[in-house]
Amino acid sequence: MTTSSKTLDVASTPTKVQKWSQKAPVRIAVVLIAAMWSLPTLGLLISSIRQPNDIATSGWWTALLHPFEAAQWTVTNYTDVLGADGMFDAFVNSLIVTIPATVIPITLAAFAAYAFAWMKFPGRSFLFAMVVGLLVVPLQMTLVPLLQLYTDLELTGTFLGVWLAHTGFGLPLAVYLLYNYISQLPKDLFESAHIDGASHFTAFIRLVMPLSLPALASFAIFQFLWVWNDLLIALVFLGTDSEVAVVTAQLNELVGSRGEAWHILTAGAFVTMIVPVVVFLGLQRFFVRGLLAGSVKG
Amino acid sequence: MASITMTKLGKIYPDGTRAVGDVDLEIVDGEFLVLVGPSGCGKSTILRMIAGLEEISEGEMYIGETLVNDVQPKDRDIAMVFQNYALYPHMTVYDNMAFGLKLRKMDKADIDRRVKEAAAVLEITEFLDRKPKALSGGQRQRVAMGRAIVREPKAFLMDEPLSNLDAKLRVQMRTELSELHHRLKTTTVYVTHDQIEAMTLGHRVAVLKPVTAARPDNLSQVASPGELYSNPVNMFVAGFIGSPAMNMVNATLEQDATGLYAKFAGLRLLVDQVAIDRHPGLVERLGEQLVLGIRPGNFEAEAITGPAPDRTITATVTVAEMLGYETFVHFELEQPPVVTPDIEELLADTGADVSSLGDTTKFTARVTSDVPVSLGQELTVTVDTTKLHFFDPATGLRVGTAV
Repeated sequence: MTTSSKTLDVASTPTKVQKWSQKAPVRIAVVLIAAMWSLPTLGLLISSIRQPNDIATSGWWTALLHPFEAAQWTVTNYTDVLGADGMFDAFVNSLIVTIPATVIPITLAAFAAYAFAWMKFPGRSFLFAMVVGLLVVPLQMTLVPLLQLYTDLELTGTFLGVWLAHTGFGLPLAVYLLYNYISQLPKDLFESAHIDGASHFTAFIRLVMPLSLPALASFAIFQFLWVWNDLLIALVFLGTDSEVAVVTAQLNELVGSRGEAWHILTAGAFVTMIVPVVVFLGLQRFFVRGLLAGSVKG
Repeated sequence: MASITMTKLGKIYPDGTRAVGDVDLEIVDGEFLVLVGPSGCGKSTILRMIAGLEEISEGEMYIGETLVNDVQPKDRDIAMVFQNYALYPHMTVYDNMAFGLKLRKMDKADIDRRVKEAAAVLEITEFLDRKPKALSGGQRQRVAMGRAIVREPKAFLMDEPLSNLDAKLRVQMRTELSELHHRLKTTTVYVTHDQIEAMTLGHRVAVLKPVTAARPDNLSQVASPGELYSNPVNMFVAGFIGSPAMNMVNATLEQDATGLYAKFAGLRLLVDQVAIDRHPGLVERLGEQLVLGIRPGNFEAEAITGPAPDRTITATVTVAEMLGYETFVHFELEQPPVVTPDIEELLADTGADVSSLGDTTKFTARVTSDVPVSLGQELTVTVDTTKLHFFDPATGLRVGTAV
């Protein structure tokens, strides 16, 4: 026994090294790409908590040479930008815009996707083709007519107006993506549920919603990030009035009015970034979760 | 618990293909009825029409006294077990079983009692908190059964429920299904492709075959397993039921002073009076070409039976399959094979066609393994001529059956 296990050890050592060396180029590339993407962010974060004077005279990396020197760190940049420069209000406005502009299209799209996938009604394929066709309409084309309509309806500069705009622009992709997912759920599950006594609505709530969680979450992330980072629609339909301005619009204003104040701009930029980062980290597990495993014979 | 009655039931798909036609079937309360047939014979479609998953194009369907043609599946009060189980993957076993009861707004304590009782019967109590993906195929199958049982429905519908299990488990579950039905006595309609399952489970078995333009009805024969085996109404049923399949050969009848003989491949078999009685009008078909069917089990080696003049076949053994308690002996007779629409239908089910038959007639005989049989040897087997079957090659029907 001992001899055989020894031989095994000897034999397995070179293969481990080989395995590692085969994967090494990929790993190095991944690390490099990750570094290229994270370094500017790190620089932004460090700059935003340095003294304004230091930012003007030395690079952000010099701060890392003596990280425990408390005098060089400050949070006044943040208090300034959140208070006097209106980023806090803009932050709240962004949340007011983004959350409904994510929830409304996802809810509508999930209902629509279920109906397109599993309900029989006349004109189903025509309507679905129309929805998919809308994917190719560039949103810039709709800005002028929509704005005219909004002026007539007095929706310009209101949150309701911008929710509707984001819902309209987000729906085609949402319906299409969710349809692809929901239509792939096993047919037997629905038949079984109907025989068990479920109506379409019950099947939707009790089966489709929980089983589509990965698709719903991944679209929610896309829509949330898209709305949060959007500047165009916010500028056109909401404007830059401090009552309604969102973070992107406010940051854009700051670049114009405080273009020299790097400490303010870096802090402002970090305020706009923090929510997308948290959302992504919080929901990323849904990208990789396979809830369907085990529903049919594996 | 209820009966299920179908009158002139038919299904035509929107593209014009007919899947089911002219099905008249009454499943009595508490009966275990098996629908069996090759793929494409419409057996699953009929089951899905009972469930309400498939619209009924023609005819009427009653569950109990109620006409259910336009009743939604959820209002038919039936339970179905699917081939791939169709368990809800995000729910525990308990919730899977309780789902239908919760939707019917049943009292929580009642749900709990029913689920636990069913789980105990099916021996899945220890898995109640697990998700389906943590279960083996056999356990998932039990959960699917449990989900049907707790509903206490008017009828169980089962769509090839055992076909995803491995062979050993399938036999075990088959026995358990039988016991379960004996205990619950709920009307059950069971669809299978496997004639052994059909024979062992069914009180009655309905043999179906695919509809054709010429014969737009699926039902070949509805009878008890024993009746199907000993009195198949046509060549299709005769060839489908029984394993190995019934041997068929073109034969002509001739009569002389010593009796009625079936002549084929230069051989003569004396037809026993019992067989003549089972085929009314047989003696009027002298000289006509008929199809003679002999079940493999109706052979025995002459060494065992002793000499039996005019009741033996002697041929060269081409294959001998030793099963331990018996031996399947294959041999060929110098006679062109029987080719009729029924035979083609049976061949299509195994993915073969007429060309695979060659130009001889192949026979299989089951003989006791007490007689040593080797390849290439001449073997004489005795035929139990009381159990001969005669069919009309033109219609495929058993001689003496009214068209």
